[in-house]
Amino acid sequence: MTWSEMQPLLRDACLDTLFMVWWSTVYAIIGGLPLGILLVLTDRGALLQNVVVNKVLGAIVNLGRSLPFIILLVWLIPFSRFVVGTSIGPSAAVVALAIGAIPFFARLVETAVREVDHGLVEAAQSMGGGTWTVVLKVLLPQALPSVVAGLTTTVIALIGYSAMAGAVGGGGLGNLAIAYGFQRHETGLMNITIVLLIVIVTVVQLLGDLVVRRLAARGSRQAAPVGLRRLRRTAVPAQRKPEAAARSAVAPASAEDVPDGS
Amino acid sequence: MITTKGLTKVYRSRGREVTALDGVDLHVREGEVYGVVGQSGAGKSTLIRCVNLLERPSSGTVTVAGQDLTALAGRGPRANAELRKARSRIGMVFQHFNLLSSRTVQSNIELPLEILGVSGQERSRKALELLDLVGLADKAKAYPAQLSGGQKQRVGIARALAGDPKVLLSDESTSALDPETTRSILQLLRDLNRQLGLTILLITHEMEVVKTICDSAALMKGGRVVEHGTVSELLATPGSELAAELFPVGGEPSGPDRTVVDVTFHGEAATQPVISQLSRTYNIDISILGAAMDTVCGKQVGRMRIELPGRFEENVVPIGFLREQGLQVDVAPVNDPAPADKSLKEGAK
Repeated sequence: MTWSEMQPLLRDACLDTLFMVWWSTVYAIIGGLPLGILLVLTDRGALLQNVVVNKVLGAIVNLGRSLPFIILLVWLIPFSRFVVGTSIGPSAAVVALAIGAIPFFARLVETAVREVDHGLVEAAQSMGGGTWTVVLKVLLPQALPSVVAGLTTTVIALIGYSAMAGAVGGGGLGNLAIAYGFQRHETGLMNITIVLLIVIVTVVQLLGDLVVRRLAARGSRQAAPVGLRRLRRTAVPAQRKPEAAARSAVAPASAEDVPDGS
Repeated sequence: MITTKGLTKVYRSRGREVTALDGVDLHVREGEVYGVVGQSGAGKSTLIRCVNLLERPSSGTVTVAGQDLTALAGRGPRANAELRKARSRIGMVFQHFNLLSSRTVQSNIELPLEILGVSGQERSRKALELLDLVGLADKAKAYPAQLSGGQKQRVGIARALAGDPKVLLSDESTSALDPETTRSILQLLRDLNRQLGLTILLITHEMEVVKTICDSAALMKGGRVVEHGTVSELLATPGSELAAELFPVGGEPSGPDRTVVDVTFHGEAATQPVISQLSRTYNIDISILGAAMDTVCGKQVGRMRIELPGRFEENVVPIGFLREQGLQVDVAPVNDPAPADKSLKEGAK
């Protein structure tokens, strides 16, 4: 197989893979984000404490997480046909991918939101904030770096899943690798496919890390790139008063070392 | 301004019951700084959380600024709109500041205003005004992680003031700070109390905090308030544990045939240099064994343990002189120096 023969195949497969990953990611966010937050909110002692809802949601998520994706994919064939009218092609694969990714992402969101200090929730409540305020202004913004990191993991898992979807006629790079690389012994094409997958995963991971670092930068001491840039532009050598700087060098340690007490 | 009646909170977990509050009656007058002290586990934290109903009391009532919050709350575990409105008029400051690390200092202070539905322009005007008030006008665009502990607590205080509250609750607000920063934060709270007429209820385990800024104090033990009153009332109460903790005096007589008395300075009388007057009038040598004194508003407040030569019977007249000056004089609970008694006394403590 020559390069000119491979090129259109590769291009189409790439687009199919990106199509599947993009749309299943969108559905994973739409479904997984609220689900993950609800799992936290309905837990015992939380804002919307509801044992029944919590147990049911937990069971659904576990069900989705416990099935190996390849089995979920086959099992969902009738459902995919019902939703998109066909059981073959990228659109059909998106259905299975989304259903596989929603519980996966939901658990990651749950973990991220649980990490948010309860004191912040208490503070928002003491200002008169209700559940929506707590979710939109405290839990989500505070958990955002972890949520984005979770999303990166989800997207990468989806790239892997989408290759599996190729095995059952989902299209994309996985399909190409199996149909041409494995069944027709086109080793060259197989290798190019693998390189492409590695490149895509690496790019996604780098992008995700970049966003996480940008978001987390606000929380760290040296950071605040915006402030720094402004500082350089206006060329103000030292904005801090010397005594304030001296105090800030000592005080935070003592403030952060104290464990959360009564 | 804040009144609790029969406040009780019982936690139930796995069939076990823990009584955190056991019928607490508290009355905080308008414009005063009221300190609640006690060991950890005494129920202070639960108490302050019950005042704005972050914790639902099991029974009893909480009235803040004439409004019965327990009646507002309704039955369910979620706060209804009325309770949330009432909470927005009660500021709260926390031990660990509880600032959102994802928001700038200014934006943190704007949060309560966002909850109140204040417009954007008005929010930022108010936030900058408050930052100026707490002395951090230049930190508006910084993130909390870039601030020191004391600065963070100033932001916390500014945020608590955003809703123009009449009442400020302070939950161990200085316990995570070093002594110097603690003093500056207490000074700020005192200034706010005076300038804005803010009523402050604070809980702390540091006697120093009560001594520095409180008009009144209560001591909690095992979920109950065991002593309460204004600082001078407490001082005037013989055997008051809180007064002894606030103004601890110690010291043993230097020899036999000495009279050791504790003199308590409080109220109007404590403006005279009585000890030197006593010494000159009766021509006796007085040694001061221990003293814990403070000068508040030009008046001396505190306790002093002094030693007079001779037995008690010989010192009736000088002690009478001290009582005439309006001071409270008690014979100190010390015995003739004997090791057995000493260990007994420490055991009793």
